[in-house]
Amino acid sequence: MSSPLYERYLRLQKRRQRLVLLSRLAVLVAFLGIWEFAARWGWIDPMLTSRPSLLASSFRELAFEGNLLRHTWITGWETLVGIVISMALGTGIAVGFWWSTFASKVLEPYVVVLNALPKVALGPIFYIWLGDRYSIYGMAVAISIIVTIIMVESGFREISKTKLKLMESFGATRGQMLRMVLLPASIPYFIATLKVNVGLTLVGVVMGEFLSSKAGLGYLIIYGGQVFQMTLVMVSIAMLALLSALLYGAVNVLELLARRRYHHEG
Amino acid sequence: MAHIELNDVGLSYFTPKQETEALRDVNLSIGRGEFISIVGPSGCGKSTLLSLVSGMLAPTKGNVRIDGEAVSGPSRKVGYMLQHDHLFEWRNVLNNLLVGAEIRRMDRERAKRKALELLERYGLGGFASHGPGQLSGGMRQRVALIRTLVAEPDILLLDEPFSALDYQTRLKLSDEVYRIIKEQGKTAVLVTHDLSEAISMADRVMVMSKRPSTISAVHEIRFEEGEGLSPWQKRQASGYNGMFNAIWKELEEHVVSAV
Repeated sequence: MSSPLYERYLRLQKRRQRLVLLSRLAVLVAFLGIWEFAARWGWIDPMLTSRPSLLASSFRELAFEGNLLRHTWITGWETLVGIVISMALGTGIAVGFWWSTFASKVLEPYVVVLNALPKVALGPIFYIWLGDRYSIYGMAVAISIIVTIIMVESGFREISKTKLKLMESFGATRGQMLRMVLLPASIPYFIATLKVNVGLTLVGVVMGEFLSSKAGLGYLIIYGGQVFQMTLVMVSIAMLALLSALLYGAVNVLELLARRRYHHEG
Repeated sequence: MAHIELNDVGLSYFTPKQETEALRDVNLSIGRGEFISIVGPSGCGKSTLLSLVSGMLAPTKGNVRIDGEAVSGPSRKVGYMLQHDHLFEWRNVLNNLLVGAEIRRMDRERAKRKALELLERYGLGGFASHGPGQLSGGMRQRVALIRTLVAEPDILLLDEPFSALDYQTRLKLSDEVYRIIKEQGKTAVLVTHDLSEAISMADRVMVMSKRPSTISAVHEIRFEEGEGLSPWQKRQASGYNGMFNAIWKELEEHVVSAV
Protein backbone atom coordinates (compact mmCIF):
# COMPACT_ATOMS: atom_id res chain seq x y z
CA MET A 1 0.00 0.00 0.00
CA SER A 2 1.36 3.39 -0.93
CA SER A 3 0.66 6.32 1.34
CA PRO A 4 -1.72 9.10 0.23
CA LEU A 5 1.23 11.50 0.25
CA TYR A 6 3.12 9.32 -2.20
CA GLU A 7 0.05 9.05 -4.42
CA ARG A 8 -0.28 12.81 -4.42
CA TYR A 9 3.37 13.08 -5.41
CA LEU A 10 2.81 10.66 -8.31
CA ARG A 11 -0.28 12.57 -9.47
CA LEU A 12 1.67 15.81 -9.38
CA GLN A 13 4.51 14.29 -11.39
CA LYS A 14 2.10 13.00 -14.01
CA ARG A 15 0.35 16.33 -14.25
CA ARG A 16 3.63 18.15 -14.73
CA GLN A 17 4.64 15.73 -17.46
CA ARG A 18 1.35 16.27 -19.28
CA LEU A 19 1.76 20.02 -18.98
CA VAL A 20 5.19 19.87 -20.64
CA LEU A 21 3.83 17.74 -23.48
CA LEU A 22 0.86 20.05 -24.03
CA SER A 23 3.05 23.14 -23.95
CA ARG A 24 5.36 21.64 -26.55
CA LEU A 25 2.40 21.05 -28.83
CA ALA A 26 1.11 24.55 -28.12
CA VAL A 27 4.41 26.09 -29.20
CA LEU A 28 4.22 24.30 -32.54
CA VAL A 29 0.57 25.23 -33.08
CA ALA A 30 1.19 28.86 -32.13
CA PHE A 31 4.19 29.05 -34.45
CA LEU A 32 2.26 27.61 -37.39
CA GLY A 33 -0.82 29.74 -36.58
CA ILE A 34 1.07 33.02 -36.41
CA TRP A 35 2.92 32.13 -39.58
CA GLU A 36 -0.30 31.28 -41.41
CA PHE A 37 -2.23 34.39 -40.40
CA ALA A 38 0.70 36.74 -40.73
CA ALA A 39 1.08 35.59 -44.34
CA ARG A 40 -2.68 35.73 -44.99
CA TRP A 41 -3.12 39.21 -43.57
CA GLY A 42 -0.10 40.52 -45.42
CA TRP A 43 2.15 41.20 -42.44
CA ILE A 44 4.80 39.12 -44.17
CA ASP A 45 5.24 38.37 -47.87
CA PRO A 46 4.06 34.79 -48.60
CA MET A 47 6.28 34.79 -51.69
CA LEU A 48 9.26 34.83 -49.35
CA THR A 49 7.92 32.84 -46.42
CA SER A 50 5.23 30.63 -47.93
CA ARG A 51 2.62 29.55 -45.37
CA PRO A 52 1.64 26.35 -43.54
CA SER A 53 -1.59 25.66 -45.42
CA LEU A 54 0.26 25.99 -48.71
CA LEU A 55 2.94 23.70 -47.38
CA ALA A 56 0.36 21.10 -46.46
CA SER A 57 -1.32 21.07 -49.84
CA SER A 58 2.01 21.14 -51.62
CA PHE A 59 3.20 18.29 -49.43
CA ARG A 60 0.18 16.24 -50.47
CA GLU A 61 0.85 17.03 -54.07
CA LEU A 62 4.56 16.33 -53.90
CA ALA A 63 4.11 13.17 -51.91
CA PHE A 64 1.49 11.59 -54.14
CA GLU A 65 2.30 12.94 -57.55
CA GLY A 66 5.80 14.26 -57.24
CA ASN A 67 8.84 12.46 -55.95
CA LEU A 68 9.12 13.81 -52.44
CA LEU A 69 9.18 10.41 -50.83
CA ARG A 70 11.72 9.13 -53.33
CA HIS A 71 13.99 12.10 -52.61
CA THR A 72 13.60 11.58 -48.87
CA TRP A 73 14.39 7.90 -49.25
CA ILE A 74 17.52 8.71 -51.25
CA THR A 75 18.81 11.16 -48.65
CA GLY A 76 17.96 8.70 -45.86
CA TRP A 77 19.76 5.86 -47.60
CA GLU A 78 22.82 7.97 -48.32
CA THR A 79 22.94 9.01 -44.67
CA LEU A 80 22.66 5.42 -43.48
CA VAL A 81 25.43 4.24 -45.79
CA GLY A 82 27.57 7.21 -44.72
CA ILE A 83 27.09 6.40 -41.03
CA VAL A 84 27.95 2.75 -41.50
CA ILE A 85 31.08 3.54 -43.51
CA SER A 86 32.40 6.18 -41.13
CA MET A 87 31.63 4.10 -38.02
CA ALA A 88 33.38 1.05 -39.46
CA LEU A 89 36.32 2.96 -40.89
CA GLY A 90 36.64 5.27 -37.88
CA THR A 91 36.55 2.37 -35.40
CA GLY A 92 39.09 0.52 -37.52
CA ILE A 93 41.46 3.47 -37.46
CA ALA A 94 40.94 4.01 -33.72
CA VAL A 95 41.78 0.33 -33.15
CA GLY A 96 44.89 0.82 -35.28
CA PHE A 97 45.93 3.77 -33.13
CA TRP A 98 45.40 1.72 -29.98
CA TRP A 99 47.35 -1.18 -31.44
CA SER A 100 50.32 0.92 -32.42
CA THR A 101 51.17 3.76 -30.07
CA PHE A 102 53.85 4.73 -32.57
CA ALA A 103 51.35 5.20 -35.39
CA SER A 104 49.01 7.20 -33.17
CA LYS A 105 51.87 9.46 -32.04
CA VAL A 106 52.98 10.01 -35.63
CA LEU A 107 49.51 10.69 -37.01
CA GLU A 108 48.07 12.69 -34.10
CA PRO A 109 48.82 16.19 -35.50
CA TYR A 110 47.32 15.22 -38.86
CA VAL A 111 44.11 14.09 -37.21
CA VAL A 112 43.92 17.37 -35.31
CA VAL A 113 44.40 19.42 -38.46
CA LEU A 114 41.92 17.34 -40.46
CA ASN A 115 39.41 17.75 -37.66
CA ALA A 116 39.73 21.53 -37.79
CA LEU A 117 39.60 21.72 -41.59
CA PRO A 118 36.16 22.73 -42.93
CA LYS A 119 35.19 19.64 -44.88
CA VAL A 120 33.01 21.56 -47.39
CA ALA A 121 36.24 22.84 -48.86
CA LEU A 122 36.90 19.31 -50.07
CA GLY A 123 33.68 19.30 -52.12
CA PRO A 124 35.22 19.99 -55.53
CA ILE A 125 37.89 17.36 -54.95
CA PHE A 126 35.30 14.70 -54.11
CA TYR A 127 33.24 15.74 -57.11
CA ILE A 128 36.14 15.32 -59.49
CA TRP A 129 37.49 12.14 -57.93
CA LEU A 130 34.28 10.31 -57.13
CA GLY A 131 31.70 11.70 -59.57
CA ASP A 132 28.34 13.24 -58.72
CA ARG A 133 26.90 10.13 -57.07
CA TYR A 134 29.70 8.95 -54.84
CA SER A 135 30.99 12.37 -53.89
CA ILE A 136 27.99 12.58 -51.54
CA TYR A 137 29.30 9.59 -49.58
CA GLY A 138 32.74 11.17 -49.66
CA MET A 139 31.42 14.32 -48.05
CA ALA A 140 29.32 12.44 -45.50
CA VAL A 141 32.24 10.27 -44.41
CA ALA A 142 34.71 13.18 -44.43
CA ILE A 143 32.56 15.11 -41.99
CA SER A 144 31.88 12.30 -39.54
CA ILE A 145 34.93 10.05 -39.61
CA ILE A 146 37.39 12.23 -37.70
CA VAL A 147 34.94 12.73 -34.85
CA THR A 148 34.33 8.98 -34.85
CA ILE A 149 38.05 8.27 -34.54
CA ILE A 150 38.49 10.79 -31.74
CA MET A 151 35.43 9.67 -29.77
CA VAL A 152 36.08 5.94 -30.07
CA GLU A 153 39.72 6.46 -29.18
CA SER A 154 38.87 8.44 -26.07
CA GLY A 155 36.42 5.66 -25.19
CA PHE A 156 39.28 3.16 -25.39
CA ARG A 157 41.33 5.41 -23.15
CA GLU A 158 38.58 5.48 -20.52
CA ILE A 159 38.86 1.72 -20.06
CA SER A 160 40.89 1.19 -16.95
CA LYS A 161 44.48 0.09 -17.38
CA THR A 162 44.07 -2.48 -14.62
CA LYS A 163 41.31 -4.22 -16.56
CA LEU A 164 43.87 -4.80 -19.27
CA LYS A 165 46.41 -5.78 -16.63
CA LEU A 166 44.02 -8.49 -15.52
CA MET A 167 43.82 -9.70 -19.13
CA GLU A 168 47.60 -9.58 -19.37
CA SER A 169 47.98 -11.64 -16.22
CA PHE A 170 46.09 -14.42 -17.99
CA GLY A 171 48.50 -14.03 -20.90
CA ALA A 172 45.98 -12.41 -23.25
CA THR A 173 47.14 -11.32 -26.71
CA ARG A 174 46.31 -7.85 -28.02
CA GLY A 175 43.65 -9.36 -30.23
CA GLN A 176 41.99 -11.00 -27.23
CA MET A 177 42.11 -7.74 -25.27
CA LEU A 178 40.44 -6.01 -28.18
CA ARG A 179 37.72 -8.61 -28.62
CA MET A 180 37.03 -9.38 -24.97
CA VAL A 181 37.48 -5.98 -23.31
CA LEU A 182 37.95 -2.97 -25.58
CA LEU A 183 35.08 -3.52 -27.99
CA PRO A 184 32.40 -4.65 -25.52
CA ALA A 185 33.43 -2.01 -22.98
CA SER A 186 33.17 0.66 -25.66
CA ILE A 187 29.56 0.00 -26.57
CA PRO A 188 28.29 3.07 -24.65
CA TYR A 189 30.88 5.14 -26.52
CA PHE A 190 29.81 3.66 -29.85
CA ILE A 191 26.24 4.69 -29.12
CA ALA A 192 27.31 8.21 -28.13
CA THR A 193 29.38 8.45 -31.32
CA LEU A 194 26.43 7.21 -33.34
CA LYS A 195 24.25 9.96 -31.87
CA VAL A 196 26.71 12.62 -32.93
CA ASN A 197 27.19 10.95 -36.30
CA VAL A 198 23.52 10.94 -37.22
CA GLY A 199 23.56 14.73 -37.23
CA LEU A 200 26.99 15.14 -38.80
CA THR A 201 26.46 12.60 -41.56
CA LEU A 202 23.16 14.22 -42.49
CA VAL A 203 24.96 17.55 -42.75
CA GLY A 204 27.54 15.93 -45.01
CA VAL A 205 24.94 14.29 -47.22
CA VAL A 206 22.90 17.46 -47.68
CA MET A 207 26.06 19.42 -48.36
CA GLY A 208 27.09 16.82 -50.91
CA GLU A 209 23.68 17.05 -52.52
CA PHE A 210 23.91 20.84 -52.61
CA LEU A 211 27.15 20.59 -54.50
CA SER A 212 26.56 17.89 -57.02
CA SER A 213 23.53 15.65 -56.95
CA LYS A 214 20.45 15.18 -59.10
CA ALA A 215 18.28 13.76 -56.33
CA GLY A 216 17.70 13.91 -52.60
CA LEU A 217 16.30 16.54 -50.26
CA GLY A 218 19.41 18.70 -50.56
CA TYR A 219 18.89 18.77 -54.30
CA LEU A 220 15.21 19.70 -53.86
CA ILE A 221 16.12 22.55 -51.54
CA ILE A 222 18.69 23.99 -53.93
CA TYR A 223 16.35 23.50 -56.87
CA GLY A 224 13.44 25.13 -55.01
CA GLY A 225 15.65 28.09 -54.17
CA GLN A 226 16.76 28.51 -57.75
CA VAL A 227 13.21 28.57 -59.14
CA PHE A 228 12.02 30.69 -56.20
CA GLN A 229 9.59 28.07 -54.91
CA MET A 230 9.75 28.68 -51.17
CA THR A 231 7.02 26.12 -50.58
CA LEU A 232 9.18 23.38 -52.07
CA VAL A 233 12.15 24.53 -49.99
CA MET A 234 10.16 24.53 -46.78
CA VAL A 235 8.51 21.17 -47.41
CA SER A 236 11.94 19.66 -48.06
CA ILE A 237 13.30 21.18 -44.87
CA ALA A 238 10.37 19.78 -42.91
CA MET A 239 11.06 16.34 -44.37
CA LEU A 240 14.71 16.71 -43.42
CA ALA A 241 13.71 17.49 -39.84
CA LEU A 242 11.46 14.43 -39.83
CA LEU A 243 14.24 12.27 -41.22
CA SER A 244 16.75 13.37 -38.59
CA ALA A 245 14.18 12.78 -35.83
CA LEU A 246 13.60 9.29 -37.24
CA LEU A 247 17.30 8.45 -37.35
CA TYR A 248 17.83 9.82 -33.86
CA GLY A 249 14.93 7.71 -32.61
CA ALA A 250 16.46 4.63 -34.24
CA VAL A 251 19.73 5.23 -32.38
CA ASN A 252 17.82 5.56 -29.12
CA VAL A 253 16.14 2.22 -29.71
CA LEU A 254 19.55 0.71 -30.45
CA GLU A 255 20.86 2.16 -27.20
CA LEU A 256 18.02 0.60 -25.25
CA LEU A 257 18.66 -2.79 -26.82
CA ALA A 258 22.40 -2.56 -26.15
CA ARG A 259 21.83 -1.57 -22.56
CA ARG A 260 19.53 -4.49 -22.00
CA ARG A 261 21.92 -6.90 -23.67
CA TYR A 262 25.09 -5.72 -21.97
CA HIS A 263 23.79 -4.65 -18.54
CA HIS A 264 25.57 -1.33 -18.76
CA GLU A 265 24.36 0.85 -15.96
CA GLY A 266 23.59 4.52 -16.12
CA MET B 1 63.41 -27.26 -4.79
CA ALA B 2 61.63 -24.07 -3.94
CA HIS B 3 58.33 -23.38 -5.67
CA ILE B 4 59.03 -19.69 -6.27
CA GLU B 5 62.56 -18.38 -6.24
CA LEU B 6 63.96 -14.88 -6.66
CA ASN B 7 67.73 -14.71 -7.02
CA ASP B 8 69.47 -11.34 -6.60
CA VAL B 9 66.59 -9.65 -8.35
CA GLY B 10 66.94 -5.96 -9.18
CA LEU B 11 64.60 -3.74 -11.13
CA SER B 12 65.03 -0.21 -12.43
CA TYR B 13 62.41 2.01 -14.02
CA PHE B 14 63.27 4.57 -16.62
CA THR B 15 61.41 7.77 -17.31
CA PRO B 16 62.76 10.60 -19.50
CA LYS B 17 63.54 12.54 -16.32
CA GLN B 18 65.26 9.91 -14.25
CA GLU B 19 66.20 6.38 -13.50
CA THR B 20 64.57 4.83 -10.45
CA GLU B 21 65.95 1.79 -8.78
CA ALA B 22 62.86 0.11 -7.36
CA LEU B 23 64.25 -3.21 -6.17
CA ARG B 24 67.77 -4.25 -5.24
CA ASP B 25 69.14 -7.67 -4.33
CA VAL B 26 65.84 -9.31 -3.55
CA ASN B 27 66.27 -12.94 -2.57
CA LEU B 28 63.24 -14.97 -1.79
CA SER B 29 62.29 -18.59 -1.68
CA ILE B 30 58.74 -19.79 -1.21
CA GLY B 31 57.73 -23.41 -0.72
CA ARG B 32 54.71 -25.15 -2.25
CA GLY B 33 51.52 -24.47 -0.32
CA GLU B 34 53.06 -21.65 1.67
CA PHE B 35 51.23 -18.39 2.34
CA ILE B 36 53.48 -15.32 2.30
CA SER B 37 52.56 -11.74 3.12
CA ILE B 38 54.61 -8.78 2.05
CA VAL B 39 54.34 -5.49 3.90
CA GLY B 40 56.31 -2.29 3.56
CA PRO B 41 56.07 1.48 3.25
CA SER B 42 53.91 2.66 0.36
CA GLY B 43 55.73 2.92 -2.93
CA CYS B 44 58.35 0.38 -1.91
CA GLY B 45 57.69 -1.87 -4.86
CA LYS B 46 55.53 -4.56 -3.27
CA SER B 47 53.26 -4.75 -6.30
CA THR B 48 56.28 -4.65 -8.59
CA LEU B 49 57.50 -7.78 -6.88
CA LEU B 50 54.24 -9.53 -7.75
CA SER B 51 54.48 -8.37 -11.35
CA LEU B 52 57.92 -9.96 -11.50
CA VAL B 53 56.65 -13.28 -10.19
CA SER B 54 53.72 -13.22 -12.62
CA GLY B 55 56.06 -12.60 -15.55
CA MET B 56 54.41 -9.34 -16.59
CA LEU B 57 57.65 -7.53 -15.77
CA ALA B 58 61.15 -8.80 -16.40
CA PRO B 59 63.86 -8.07 -13.82
CA THR B 60 66.76 -5.91 -14.94
CA LYS B 61 69.06 -8.02 -12.77
CA GLY B 62 68.93 -11.55 -11.42
CA ASN B 63 66.19 -14.04 -12.20
CA VAL B 64 62.79 -15.30 -11.11
CA ARG B 65 62.13 -19.02 -11.17
CA ILE B 66 58.98 -21.05 -10.73
CA ASP B 67 59.60 -24.76 -10.13
CA GLY B 68 63.18 -24.16 -11.22
CA GLU B 69 62.22 -22.71 -14.57
CA ALA B 70 63.06 -19.10 -15.36
CA VAL B 71 59.94 -16.96 -15.81
CA SER B 72 59.56 -15.24 -19.16
CA GLY B 73 56.17 -13.76 -19.88
CA PRO B 74 52.85 -14.43 -18.11
CA SER B 75 52.93 -17.94 -16.68
CA ARG B 76 50.05 -20.39 -16.63
CA LYS B 77 51.06 -21.43 -13.16
CA VAL B 78 50.24 -18.00 -11.77
CA GLY B 79 46.88 -16.39 -11.02
CA TYR B 80 46.52 -12.72 -10.16
CA MET B 81 43.93 -11.14 -7.90
CA LEU B 82 43.79 -7.37 -7.96
CA GLN B 83 42.46 -4.69 -5.67
CA HIS B 84 39.49 -4.13 -7.94
CA ASP B 85 37.55 -7.18 -9.07
CA HIS B 86 37.24 -5.95 -12.69
CA LEU B 87 34.31 -8.17 -13.46
CA PHE B 88 33.08 -7.39 -16.96
CA GLU B 89 29.62 -5.83 -16.82
CA TRP B 90 28.77 -7.22 -20.25
CA ARG B 91 29.17 -10.81 -19.06
CA ASN B 92 27.17 -12.67 -16.44
CA VAL B 93 28.93 -14.23 -13.46
CA LEU B 94 29.53 -17.59 -15.13
CA ASN B 95 30.97 -16.05 -18.29
CA ASN B 96 33.17 -13.80 -16.18
CA LEU B 97 34.54 -16.90 -14.51
CA LEU B 98 35.48 -18.33 -17.90
CA VAL B 99 37.54 -15.30 -18.98
CA GLY B 100 40.89 -16.81 -17.97
CA ALA B 101 40.04 -20.20 -19.41
CA GLU B 102 38.93 -18.54 -22.64
CA ILE B 103 42.17 -16.57 -22.99
CA ARG B 104 44.24 -19.67 -22.34
CA ARG B 105 42.06 -21.70 -24.69
CA MET B 106 41.35 -24.32 -22.06
CA ASP B 107 38.61 -26.90 -22.47
CA ARG B 108 35.42 -24.86 -22.10
CA GLU B 109 33.16 -27.61 -20.80
CA ARG B 110 35.64 -28.57 -18.14
CA ALA B 111 36.19 -24.96 -17.11
CA LYS B 112 32.45 -24.44 -16.93
CA ARG B 113 31.99 -27.49 -14.72
CA LYS B 114 34.77 -26.29 -12.47
CA ALA B 115 33.33 -22.75 -12.31
CA LEU B 116 29.88 -24.00 -11.36
CA GLU B 117 31.29 -26.37 -8.78
CA LEU B 118 33.36 -23.60 -7.15
CA LEU B 119 30.40 -21.21 -7.19
CA GLU B 120 28.27 -23.79 -5.46
CA ARG B 121 30.95 -24.64 -2.96
CA TYR B 122 31.69 -21.07 -1.97
CA GLY B 123 28.14 -19.92 -1.46
CA LEU B 124 27.38 -18.31 -4.80
CA GLY B 125 25.45 -21.23 -6.28
CA GLY B 126 22.40 -19.26 -7.41
CA PHE B 127 24.29 -16.43 -9.03
CA ALA B 128 25.75 -17.98 -12.19
CA SER B 129 23.50 -16.04 -14.54
CA HIS B 130 23.37 -12.82 -12.53
CA GLY B 131 25.06 -9.68 -13.77
CA PRO B 132 28.04 -8.44 -11.73
CA GLY B 133 26.05 -5.30 -10.89
CA GLN B 134 23.66 -7.40 -8.83
CA LEU B 135 26.38 -8.61 -6.43
CA SER B 136 27.76 -6.97 -3.30
CA GLY B 137 31.41 -5.91 -3.09
CA GLY B 138 32.40 -8.97 -1.07
CA MET B 139 30.60 -11.33 -3.45
CA ARG B 140 32.26 -9.69 -6.45
CA GLN B 141 35.69 -10.19 -4.92
CA ARG B 142 34.87 -13.85 -4.24
CA VAL B 143 33.83 -14.21 -7.89
CA ALA B 144 37.16 -12.62 -8.86
CA LEU B 145 39.00 -15.23 -6.78
CA ILE B 146 37.02 -18.06 -8.36
CA ARG B 147 37.78 -16.59 -11.81
CA THR B 148 41.45 -16.92 -10.96
CA LEU B 149 40.98 -20.48 -9.67
CA VAL B 150 39.12 -21.64 -12.78
CA ALA B 151 42.30 -21.01 -14.79
CA GLU B 152 43.96 -23.60 -12.49
CA PRO B 153 47.07 -21.78 -11.25
CA ASP B 154 49.41 -23.25 -8.63
CA ILE B 155 50.31 -19.84 -7.31
CA LEU B 156 47.99 -17.00 -6.35
CA LEU B 157 49.27 -13.45 -6.25
CA LEU B 158 47.00 -11.20 -4.19
CA ASP B 159 47.59 -7.49 -4.70
CA GLU B 160 45.70 -5.74 -1.89
CA PRO B 161 42.58 -7.72 -2.75
CA PHE B 162 40.54 -6.43 0.18
CA SER B 163 41.50 -2.79 0.33
CA ALA B 164 38.49 -1.55 -1.62
CA LEU B 165 36.06 -3.20 0.81
CA ASP B 166 34.56 -1.95 4.05
CA TYR B 167 36.12 -3.19 7.27
CA GLN B 168 33.50 -5.76 8.18
CA THR B 169 33.41 -7.33 4.72
CA ARG B 170 37.17 -7.31 4.74
CA LEU B 171 37.48 -9.36 7.91
CA LYS B 172 34.90 -11.86 6.75
CA LEU B 173 36.30 -12.17 3.27
CA SER B 174 39.89 -12.61 4.41
CA ASP B 175 38.69 -15.61 6.44
CA GLU B 176 36.92 -17.04 3.43
CA VAL B 177 39.70 -16.40 0.95
CA TYR B 178 42.16 -17.97 3.35
CA ARG B 179 40.02 -21.06 3.68
CA ILE B 180 39.54 -21.32 -0.08
CA ILE B 181 43.25 -20.98 -0.80
CA LYS B 182 44.20 -23.57 1.83
CA GLU B 183 41.47 -25.94 0.70
CA GLN B 184 42.61 -25.70 -2.91
CA GLY B 185 46.21 -26.21 -1.81
CA LYS B 186 47.55 -23.11 -3.55
CA THR B 187 50.70 -21.19 -2.85
CA ALA B 188 49.86 -17.57 -2.12
CA VAL B 189 51.70 -14.28 -1.99
CA LEU B 190 49.71 -11.42 -0.47
CA VAL B 191 50.72 -7.80 -0.76
CA THR B 192 49.00 -5.52 1.72
CA HIS B 193 49.48 -2.35 3.68
CA ASP B 194 47.29 -3.74 6.45
CA LEU B 195 49.66 -5.34 8.92
CA SER B 196 46.96 -7.21 10.87
CA GLU B 197 45.77 -8.74 7.62
CA ALA B 198 49.31 -9.75 6.73
CA ILE B 199 49.93 -11.43 10.09
CA SER B 200 46.58 -13.16 10.35
CA MET B 201 46.75 -14.75 6.90
CA ALA B 202 50.35 -15.70 6.32
CA ASP B 203 52.82 -18.37 7.41
CA ARG B 204 55.60 -15.83 6.95
CA VAL B 205 55.52 -12.03 6.82
CA MET B 206 58.22 -10.29 4.83
CA VAL B 207 59.02 -6.66 5.50
CA MET B 208 60.34 -4.56 2.68
CA SER B 209 62.49 -1.49 3.12
CA LYS B 210 62.08 1.83 1.38
CA ARG B 211 63.46 2.33 -2.16
CA PRO B 212 65.62 0.81 -3.48
CA SER B 213 63.75 -1.91 -1.66
CA THR B 214 64.89 -5.21 -0.50
CA ILE B 215 63.49 -7.69 1.96
CA SER B 216 64.73 -6.41 5.28
CA ALA B 217 63.23 -9.04 7.58
CA VAL B 218 61.22 -12.24 7.54
CA HIS B 219 58.93 -13.16 10.43
CA GLU B 220 57.68 -16.66 10.98
CA ILE B 221 54.10 -16.51 12.16
CA ARG B 222 53.48 -19.23 14.72
CA PHE B 223 51.06 -19.31 17.59
CA GLU B 224 50.96 -21.39 20.74
CA GLU B 225 47.33 -22.14 19.97
CA GLY B 226 48.61 -24.46 17.22
CA GLU B 227 48.27 -24.90 13.48
CA GLY B 228 45.18 -24.47 11.35
CA LEU B 229 43.85 -21.31 12.91
CA SER B 230 41.68 -19.10 10.73
CA PRO B 231 42.72 -15.46 10.30
CA TRP B 232 39.97 -14.50 12.69
CA GLN B 233 41.25 -16.91 15.36
CA LYS B 234 44.81 -15.71 14.83
CA ARG B 235 43.74 -12.18 15.57
CA GLN B 236 42.55 -13.43 18.99
CA ALA B 237 45.65 -15.55 19.64
CA SER B 238 47.85 -14.73 22.62
CA GLY B 239 51.03 -14.03 20.67
CA TYR B 240 49.34 -11.85 18.08
CA ASN B 241 49.81 -8.47 19.72
CA GLY B 242 53.47 -9.02 20.41
CA MET B 243 54.06 -9.97 16.82
CA PHE B 244 52.09 -7.02 15.56
CA ASN B 245 54.09 -4.60 17.69
CA ALA B 246 57.44 -6.05 16.67
CA ILE B 247 56.73 -5.76 12.95
CA TRP B 248 55.02 -2.42 13.39
CA LYS B 249 58.12 -1.02 15.02
CA GLU B 250 60.24 -2.24 12.16
CA LEU B 251 57.93 -0.71 9.58
CA GLU B 252 57.91 2.54 11.50
CA GLU B 253 61.66 2.78 11.15
CA HIS B 254 61.39 2.46 7.38
CA VAL B 255 58.71 5.06 7.19
CA VAL B 256 60.63 7.49 9.34
CA SER B 257 63.83 7.00 7.43
CA ALA B 258 61.85 7.38 4.20
CA VAL B 259 60.63 10.78 5.32
